[in-house]
Amino acid sequence: MHPLRSLVSVGHVNTTTIAPTQPTRRPARAGVTAVRRYLGRWSLIAALAALPVYYGVSDLVNGYQAAVVAGHPVIHHDLSKLGFNFAEGLSDGAIWALIAIGYTLVYGIIELINFAHGDVFMIGSFTAVGLWAPLGLGLSTSLFGVAGGLVLTLLITMAVTGSLNVLIERVAYRPLRNAPKLAPLITAVGFSFILQNVGLLWRGGSPQSVADLIHAQQPVFTIFGVPILRGYLLAFAVMIPLVFALTWFIGSTRAGKAMRATAQDPEAARLMGINVNSTISLTFLLGGALAGAGGLIYAVYETNIWYFQGFKAGLIAFTAAVMGGIGNVRGAVLGGLIIGVIQSLSDSRIGPQWTEAVVFAYLIAIMVLRPKGLLGEETREAG
Amino acid sequence: MRWLRALRAPDKMAGFAIGRAAGGYGGSAPRKMLSRALAGVLIVAGICVPFLFGDASGFMNATIISIAYAVMALGLNIVVGSAGLLDLGYVAFYALGAYSLGWFGSEFFAKAQVHVLVSPVASVLPGVHLNFLLVLVAAAAICAAAGVVIGLPTLRLRGDYIAIVTLAFGEIIGVAAVNGQSIKLGGGMTLTAGNLGISAVDSPYFPGIGSFGLLDLRPWYWLIFGILLVVLFVNLRLRDARLGRAWVALREDEVAAVSMGVPLVKTKLLAYAIGAAIGGMSGAFFGTYYTEVNAGQFQFGFSIFILSMVIIGGLGSIWGAVVGGMLLGYINNYLIPDVLNGLPGKFGLSFQLTQVEFGIFGFLLVITMVLRPQGLLPERRHRLELTAAIPAEDAQLGTEPEGMA
Repeated sequence: MHPLRSLVSVGHVNTTTIAPTQPTRRPARAGVTAVRRYLGRWSLIAALAALPVYYGVSDLVNGYQAAVVAGHPVIHHDLSKLGFNFAEGLSDGAIWALIAIGYTLVYGIIELINFAHGDVFMIGSFTAVGLWAPLGLGLSTSLFGVAGGLVLTLLITMAVTGSLNVLIERVAYRPLRNAPKLAPLITAVGFSFILQNVGLLWRGGSPQSVADLIHAQQPVFTIFGVPILRGYLLAFAVMIPLVFALTWFIGSTRAGKAMRATAQDPEAARLMGINVNSTISLTFLLGGALAGAGGLIYAVYETNIWYFQGFKAGLIAFTAAVMGGIGNVRGAVLGGLIIGVIQSLSDSRIGPQWTEAVVFAYLIAIMVLRPKGLLGEETREAG
Repeated sequence: MRWLRALRAPDKMAGFAIGRAAGGYGGSAPRKMLSRALAGVLIVAGICVPFLFGDASGFMNATIISIAYAVMALGLNIVVGSAGLLDLGYVAFYALGAYSLGWFGSEFFAKAQVHVLVSPVASVLPGVHLNFLLVLVAAAAICAAAGVVIGLPTLRLRGDYIAIVTLAFGEIIGVAAVNGQSIKLGGGMTLTAGNLGISAVDSPYFPGIGSFGLLDLRPWYWLIFGILLVVLFVNLRLRDARLGRAWVALREDEVAAVSMGVPLVKTKLLAYAIGAAIGGMSGAFFGTYYTEVNAGQFQFGFSIFILSMVIIGGLGSIWGAVVGGMLLGYINNYLIPDVLNGLPGKFGLSFQLTQVEFGIFGFLLVITMVLRPQGLLPERRHRLELTAAIPAEDAQLGTEPEGMA
């Protein structure tokens, strides 16, 4: 289980960037700094715990309306609504985690926020749904047919989105390797819009519902009164093996070692005989493939796709990556799951129209309280 | 404040900002005369434009909107171009500027009765009605304050994190605008009217001239042209002033700039505040020109649209921002909807060009960045920096080769 980077790197030369990268701090006393660091971490954790604790206590004390029987509201005083929020949030979070890993891998290796990544995820959903008809997948397909078809769809989708991500890197980022950091960021935003319009022309401007292949809302079993739906199981059945495979790949293979080396110091890696360009392409391939897997789960689980889903998902997943600590694969997974829970709590308690604002408020809170995230960032600058 | 003093002509070259900028830095006396004459001719030509084109062609409408975009681009150029702080949430200031008009120039706050220098029609209506110039001041003040609030958490952050935090703020403001109906202010009044929009906003009124009508576009044109000239003047004066040089210094090397005594916090926050104030003024103009303030207008795409103007014009270049703003304004409001919209249909494709306008801008962004990263009218420093860096395509990653810095 090796995250992308772990060793201390030498400072990197950064002479002509438009945006200065070294944060400057006024000299503070060591004690103040220590207190501040301590406060930063714990205040972030406190901020994250605030929503579930508040609503949990409120459910226990005030109760919540569980159902309406014969016109009378049934009030429960237990934590199963909170548990339901958690279950839903964690499985949403599994999708965000898969996308967030793509952000974090790319940021770790070329220090670029790949804005187009969310839209690669959207293209993943579209590809997956587009494949169902030719494969003959539909509501009437047998269980084994659906399972086999989904595995095949998953593989093809991952290949498509992975290649797409590599292509984007080749066209939009590689020519700008030596340009100021702002330049590839801007082409990334540009590509995000291009992909969105591809999606718009592909499937029109309004959300489309797709066949509910696995009857995602059907409960399989209940734990402590919390129904576990098929969609949840699918999300984790796809996410967990992929994350394990990825951490194994990065930690134990030659190519993974090359990725870690390139993330640490591209120049030195090149001197050691690592092909930096193909290593970066590999990183984009992996990130894109995971986003494609996320796209498939999203389509099956939400049974609803549209061209704009990638924009929001991308921002949420980026928030997740920053929350966990950018460049850190385990952090991305943790962040994804946490953001999923926050989102689900906000959807069910505050109101879905505010969820976006709540997630972004958390993003800003992270930036203010602890910019390096929960598990610590692993980038060249963080060392 | 020092930067204000810079506006008040501190040196012997003072007062000729526009002329000087047209002729570049410094220059000999005849050249200065020439550039001043050029600036004069341009201004007169700009004033005469409405006499050449009728309202009916759609061209005047596109021109007015394009100039307002150019004003926004000038504001964003201060933040992104001069100070190097990538702001992806600029739509927030469009929204706040437009809502300043909605709040202080309509019947929206129906419980209040405030009337300051407004037309005889508006002065009997309920609500807050301020003269448009006062609304501009209010919009600038509100946006400057919001700019500082948005800027504060980004002070310690790296460049690309700034982009994300500003984006998040922009989205939060957008969400708040859409859901503002459920934010109660007391007395049955809400913060915004959400997607219903605040309609029936006041037209600009000036004593002696009267209210602007929607049938005659000329006064609108002169109003926004005047705003453009003022903003342009402020931009040009700031560029060579102490503050403008401090922005460039921070952008180029923060550590070096701070160690040379550039106040980091004040300089960055002033960049956010001034850029925001300019965007807010343009937003207020859009509010009154569109006669409605609707939450649906404030989408993330708008931030990117304005950013495209700054980048295509040339990051950090004042004239580039004007040209980029006008160019994309015309493309968006004239070329795509009026001239080329049926083009995909002629090739047998079943969509209209207006559907994919953001894709077109995205494409322009990528093309500009890859082929001509310095933009159409590059700033001198950026030109050197970007053209020197690009040809080394296969060169080392992340680090610059020896001797290039």
